[in-house]
Amino acid sequence: MGIFEWSATFYGLLVASAPIFIQATILTLKLTAAALGIGILIGLVFAMMKISTNRLFSCIADAYITVIRGTPLIVQIFWIYYGLAPVLDVPAFWAASLGLAIHNGAYIAEIFRGGIQSISRGQMEAARSLGMSYLLAMRRIILPQAFKRSIPPLGNQFIIGLKDSSLAAFVTMPELFMTAMRRAAHQPGYALEYYTIAGAYYLALVVIFSFLVRKLERRLDVDK
Amino acid sequence: MIEVRQLNKYFGDLHVLKDVDLKVAQGEVVCLIGASGSGKSTLLRCINFLERAQSGEIYIQGRLVNPGKDDLDKIRQEVGMVFQLFNLFPHKNVLENVIEAPVMVKKIPVKQATEEALALLEKVGLSDKAESYPSQLSGGQKQRVAIARALAMRPKIMLFDEPTSALDPELVGEVLAVMKQLAREGMTMIVVTHEMAFAREVANWVVYMDEGRIVEVSKPAQIFDAPREARTREFLRRVLQTNNQQSATA
Ligand SMILES: Nc1ncnc2c1ncn2[C@@H]1O[C@H](COP(=O)(O)OP(=O)(O)OP(=O)(O)O)[C@@H](O)[C@H]1O
Ligand SMILES: [Mg+2]
Repeated sequence: MGIFEWSATFYGLLVASAPIFIQATILTLKLTAAALGIGILIGLVFAMMKISTNRLFSCIADAYITVIRGTPLIVQIFWIYYGLAPVLDVPAFWAASLGLAIHNGAYIAEIFRGGIQSISRGQMEAARSLGMSYLLAMRRIILPQAFKRSIPPLGNQFIIGLKDSSLAAFVTMPELFMTAMRRAAHQPGYALEYYTIAGAYYLALVVIFSFLVRKLERRLDVDK
Repeated sequence: MIEVRQLNKYFGDLHVLKDVDLKVAQGEVVCLIGASGSGKSTLLRCINFLERAQSGEIYIQGRLVNPGKDDLDKIRQEVGMVFQLFNLFPHKNVLENVIEAPVMVKKIPVKQATEEALALLEKVGLSDKAESYPSQLSGGQKQRVAIARALAMRPKIMLFDEPTSALDPELVGEVLAVMKQLAREGMTMIVVTHEMAFAREVANWVVYMDEGRIVEVSKPAQIFDAPREARTREFLRRVLQTNNQQSATA
């Protein structure tokens, strides 16, 4: 088969499968949004615990980050899906999202910790000297600045999280990758084409997302 | 007003404040001088509990502070502090810097806090900069905003830690002018400074510290013209010499 015919075939498959892949894309985005939304909350809490002077808090945060970064994501998703979900009757979508969130949360915690520690100590001291409590100073003075500085690495983590959401396929989520697998099983002769189509959707999402992050960075003047 | 008794502070094995006693009466200006590393900043930071001393007593407005039990946030509202490096909040404009604590801590309505803030900015000569961000200001302007920000909490005492040391020489005067004005209005102030002319003019007492100890507390005329302690005389001789050299080369 020449390149021309292959292209025609690929294009035909792309168009024909568009409705189902677009639906899968929506699920992928939902999974990613839930995972990263919860991941940001987890990251914030564990970043605060890690920098806390309370030894217990910082040890818990250390242990969490070590375990999550030291084990494969797919294992973590299976922990939630086979371990937690049946006991607490969590639907597959939330089991997958939670697995992804717990994973991304550990990385986001490190991003936030770096951001917080990059803010000069004088900021906290000035806030405290005005009578602000530690938590108020964190919320009003430190975190807004730290968050701004965290946007570039956070954008990076979001891209990783988006692509990692493909592992939700292994806990029955009919997202992009699962959809490609099913189509490929259906039409084994076109496996390569279907996986390429799934890849193209991810690529398109990543490109759009990177563009939005860059725009946000410029709007917020992150370098300053 | 403020009294420090037998204060001792260690950083690990380093004994930074040694049996420090200091008394500042209402409306007095005390200037703290001494070599680098002698513990001046640490003393100021202990007075508003940014650092915790290992032993000793601190009385603020006649009340002994118990740092383990008392609400230190409440105490810090009464004790304003101005830092060498300004420490303005860069993500907030000048007005927002000034009203932040009154609104968030004292729960003063934004409108009222804004009016008070604008009055303070006028006082430090920065009415036209209310909407500017710190990055758009000169060092002298930043420090004047920092003073307004501290005053917005209506503190009873102001602590200044080398407020002009990070400024270009031509900007020092505008900050000192604001501080002189404050002193005239009767603000109780403790000022760590190398500006000997300011100390001579404004201070009620000049305190000389060396290696964590208070060596001499005298009236400015006495300490500058006829210091009682040999160490004070030696220190002042060195400082005035370098000051003269600087003004000669400037
Ligand atoms: N957080 C800290 N940890 C350990 N040592 C410290 C700390 N802060 C200050 N020191 C030490 O305590 C001593 C007194 O420091 P301090 O900053 O009070 O001196 P200073 O008189 O303000 O000096 P300068 O004129 O340079 O500002 C110094 O030896 C300093 O190195
Ligand atoms: Mg100092």
